Amino acid sequence: MKEYERTGVISIEEIRVPSEEQLKRGVAITECIQEIPCNPCVDACPVNAISMEDINSPPFVDYDRCTGCAQCAAVCPGLAIFVVKLEDESALITLPYEFLPLPEKGEEVEALDREGRGVGKAIVRRVVKKKDNTALVTVSVDRKLAMDVRNIRVLR
Amino acid sequence: MRIDIHPILQFDREREISFLYNGNKIKAFEGETIASALHAAGIKVLSHSIKLNRPRGFFCGIGKCSSCLMRVNGVPNVRTCITPVEDGMVVESDVQQLPSAEFPGSNKEDISVDILVVGAGPAGISAAIEAGKRGVSVLLVDENPMLGGQLIKQTHKFFGSRKERAGTRGIKIAEELEEQVRELEKNGKVKILPGTSVFGYYGGGSSHMLGAANKMSNVMYHINAKKVIFACGAQENMLSFPGNDLPGVYGAGGVQTLMNVYGIKPGKRVLMIGAGNVGLIVSYQLLQAGVEVDRVVEAMPRIGGYSVHAAKLRRNGVPIYTSHSVKEVYGKDRVEGAIVAKLDENWNFVEGSEEDVKCDTVCLAVGLTPSARLLFQAGVKRDYIPEAGGYVAIHNMEMETSVKGIYVAGDSSGIEEASTAMLEGKIAGLSASISLTGRDSSTTAKMEEYIKTLEEMRRGPFGSKAREAKRKILEEASNEGI
Ligand SMILES: Cc1cc2nc3c(=O)[nH]c(=O)nc-3n(C[C@H](O)[C@H](O)[C@H](O)COP(=O)(O)OP(=O)(O)OC[C@H]3O[C@@H](n4cnc5c(N)ncnc54)[C@H](O)[C@@H]3O)c2cc1C
Ligand code: SF4
Ligand code: SF4
Ligand code: FES
Repeated sequence: MKEYERTGVISIEEIRVPSEEQLKRGVAITECIQEIPCNPCVDACPVNAISMEDINSPPFVDYDRCTGCAQCAAVCPGLAIFVVKLEDESALITLPYEFLPLPEKGEEVEALDREGRGVGKAIVRRVVKKKDNTALVTVSVDRKLAMDVRNIRVLR
Repeated sequence: MRIDIHPILQFDREREISFLYNGNKIKAFEGETIASALHAAGIKVLSHSIKLNRPRGFFCGIGKCSSCLMRVNGVPNVRTCITPVEDGMVVESDVQQLPSAEFPGSNKEDISVDILVVGAGPAGISAAIEAGKRGVSVLLVDENPMLGGQLIKQTHKFFGSRKERAGTRGIKIAEELEEQVRELEKNGKVKILPGTSVFGYYGGGSSHMLGAANKMSNVMYHINAKKVIFACGAQENMLSFPGNDLPGVYGAGGVQTLMNVYGIKPGKRVLMIGAGNVGLIVSYQLLQAGVEVDRVVEAMPRIGGYSVHAAKLRRNGVPIYTSHSVKEVYGKDRVEGAIVAKLDENWNFVEGSEEDVKCDTVCLAVGLTPSARLLFQAGVKRDYIPEAGGYVAIHNMEMETSVKGIYVAGDSSGIEEASTAMLEGKIAGLSASISLTGRDSSTTAKMEEYIKTLEEMRRGPFGSKAREAKRKILEEASNEGI
């Protein structure tokens, strides 16, 4: 049995971490590693960067093709896709968010890791409200936390 | 207790009304059911057990458990969780004496129809649409006031492929299905009776006789149908532990109904039992409704639901304890807390591992059992198939049972998913229509297409249980010559 099957938290070893170059351009990371019957991410990608052998296999992102547009993250029913982009000092993380209140641009929020633990502060850079009510929130965090921050807590 | 703002849902509470509950005036909003309005008013004890007088609360929320029976406007034994509240209604709980002998005779109505569909969940509506499009007359009956079955409370996005509406929320799929069947209703192809229970099967032959009633409008229907499709869904399983009947112990689906359909919080802090998809999804939805989830406990050593659902909970700070279960729930007349403990390899509680969890709500997400009693009354061949969730009707590939002209679809034929329920519904609707109008090349091709898609959906490790259940059912059907 894999550890994540017991805890519900996948570890960094289970994720294909993109190269520094790829992360600088900004790419989608699919934290979806089980064989589940699902594929809307494949259909959503405008540049065909996501592939899948059949509907039950986990998605595979071609990091050299991916433009970081986050369209896949917006449709993913598992809320399992995050777009990560490295800047000089910080990392930009785009994550799906389905809680109220929605944060606002410029607001300081708490950055949370995969276990919901506070790991630092995050500044909201962008909030895209979608018609179907899953918002995409982009926050900037300390560059070192690029592969750790996967959620936020609004402090209001 | 009413939810005002919600990230996904909007609750229109346009008209405020009031009703009398044991002589006290209670505020409600049009569209709520009696039990949900009582819940919003803080009334959690809905009845008492007859022998030991133990308090009983809301459990299933969809008319399957009977813990909410009350006398409404003089009508005894009304399931208040599925009965819409009306202005000026008189509701009395714990009326133990028999109703008066002069209970007014009901208005009888005879209906003859080609195909009767019992249950308007994803399976039943899909069956009605499929058959209605083919020129046969269809009657669609559901005991809940709203059409859509379990879909009307599923605020999460569905998995699957785009063709099966993946990425769309369950509530949206319910709206689309209802629109399509209402369109057929407008054209006179399908007649729809919501709020009406089918209560018995009274014999077959060339056609089938069934009884149905709408209690609150006092109408009884004698239905004569050439074909019947049962798509009655499932009921939630209980778990045995001391205190499991305290008000505040709910089925996870019951909680989902309360908060996502009626916009009412079940409590402030929840202990979730079961980490299958239902337990994980409902826990996340509780967080969205502004309710705290203390933890999820799961008796198995591994999480049964999708890891992406578990991950959503974990990153919101909810712990999941595998190899743990609930030992007892305590409280006076309502849940005040629960003792959870670790399980060893032999499923015994590990002494000294007990933890006291303070909560006012315990949610059971420990599986479902197919609702198939009407089928059994009709005398279909049945068997106990653990992978299907219990006793189910043996049916063939085209969803027909051992009794000619009786079909089954959806959870009622074995616990599965909305996506497969819709396909089974289409297959049952098509095969019942074919038996009336005959088979041709286009219906044969359609049937093949549906069956192929259904098989595709059951591939993969998470489909293994359903695959095994259906394999056994079909094998038995072929042995029996069904
Ligand atoms: C919390 C939860 C999460 C889920 N998530 C997913 C998911 O992500 N994806 C997915 O595909 N599936 C999901 N499912 C499963 C899915 O909801 C069910 O498999 C599906 O609703 C089954 O459809 P059905 O039509 O067979 O039954 P139901 O939807 O249960 O409908 C049955 C209907 O029959 C009516 N009825 C029953 N008996 C009678 C009677 N005697 N007279 C009149 N009417 C009657 C009931 O009122 C009900 O409306 C989930 C289920 C739950 C509980
Ligand atoms: S981020 Fe855009 S380009 Fe990259 S995989 Fe997703 S949809 Fe495709
Ligand atoms: S849409 Fe999301 S859950 Fe579905 S396969 Fe893609 S990443 Fe996984
Ligand atoms: S029948 Fe009403 S709560 Fe179960």
